[in-house]
Amino acid sequence: MRVTVHLPGLLRADTDGAAHVPLEVGEDTTLGGVLDALGARYPGVDRRIRDEQGRLRRYVNVFVDEDECRTTGGLAAPLHEGADVRVLPSVAGG
Amino acid sequence: MAYLLVIGTRKGLFTARSEDRRRWEVKGPHRLDTADQADMSAVYAVGINPHGGRILAGTENSHFGPSVRYSDDHGRTWHEPGSAPIAFPPDTGASLIRTWQFAFGDDPHTVYAGVEPHALFRSSDGGTGFTLVRALWDHPHRADWFPGAGGGAIHTILPGVLGAGERVPGAMTVAMSTGGVYQTRDDGASWTATNRGISAVFLPEEEPEYGQCVHKVSAGPDGVLYAQNHHGVYRSEDPAGRGWTAVEEGLPSDFGFAVVAHPHRPGGAFNFPVVSQEVHLPPNDRLEVYRTDDGGNGWRPVTRGLPEDPYFGIVLRDGACTDGADVPGFYFGTRTGDVYATTDDGENWHQVVAHLPDVLCVRAAEV
Repeated sequence: MRVTVHLPGLLRADTDGAAHVPLEVGEDTTLGGVLDALGARYPGVDRRIRDEQGRLRRYVNVFVDEDECRTTGGLAAPLHEGADVRVLPSVAGG
Repeated sequence: MAYLLVIGTRKGLFTARSEDRRRWEVKGPHRLDTADQADMSAVYAVGINPHGGRILAGTENSHFGPSVRYSDDHGRTWHEPGSAPIAFPPDTGASLIRTWQFAFGDDPHTVYAGVEPHALFRSSDGGTGFTLVRALWDHPHRADWFPGAGGGAIHTILPGVLGAGERVPGAMTVAMSTGGVYQTRDDGASWTATNRGISAVFLPEEEPEYGQCVHKVSAGPDGVLYAQNHHGVYRSEDPAGRGWTAVEEGLPSDFGFAVVAHPHRPGGAFNFPVVSQEVHLPPNDRLEVYRTDDGGNGWRPVTRGLPEDPYFGIVLRDGACTDGADVPGFYFGTRTGDVYATTDDGENWHQVVAHLPDVLCVRAAEV
């Protein structure tokens, strides 16, 4: 299936400037699998989103369509054909 | 010859450069990456490699995590390794929170990093990739180390230093909050707690073997160690043997974070008192530095040139340093963003810059 990852400006240096990254992944791929695929294409970006143990960083929110993934299974959240995955900095920092 | 002062703050990294250590050209916050992701990072650790002058900065972006960035041209351009420079191995289950300290070995490529959670890493390539020092991570005491208010971290790394005497190859002293002081004599293969004499006011045992909240340790040119503890100021010629001697008599408070030993004159050190563990403010609402010339047996304030108005910014554990020059400069920055320097052992202080974000760390060198 095809999903699209949307990235905030602060992470685009790690994706050669790409704001939207379309990915072809297997039918049963979870959100974690999509992030794996994103990291395989752009090795620098995954560590901004997940720490070295593969855990989502505390102040990074990842939405699958309209749902923040922590409410739908976290990295095990299911995806569907055409899903939009949005990586957004949470309310923190500055 | 010029002097470079690197200043890590809660909101970015600054540098100051001077030919005479009186007039400073201040730059920053530096642009650490092209997407400006790191520019507003907290910089808890900076280091200037004495072999070649590479600057290392431990950055912590509140959203996107920690990293290490480096500059080989005194801060003009910055780079980040392609993969995470400091990362815990999968079997540890741990994740890097922040880097608290860089220290440099005797060869140009060896760099040590003290991090949170409590761990020591070593680099053999000048600081672009680090490996966990496993024996300290696996130390049986580690389960009892716990974080203080600032987090649980190794924040002091003194390669080659064990106490009074010559530098010892393969030896090292580290300190952590909480946990205390540990030493290795075999290049990190084994570690011994060396806290005898240091108090732990927050533990039931008056002087436990370990668990102390040592805030900073600094070594004099003779190897004598000075420790600012979570209440208590100490000196030791021989931490592993005779232990530590309290030397806070003459200071307005035994609490504080920073201590800096004189790089050339045995017995010399600077201290930056803080009221108490409950009140992180300067004693008497005054910005005061204290100096000893006799190994802590006596202290006196050295304040000429410092603000005379009420002042409320303290100096954090890595907020003070020396450039180690033949005529050494000493520097400190405060949580209210002012940085001061002296080139006459504190007899006269001069302001380098004012109104920065909270100063977390400073390091200086001749360049």
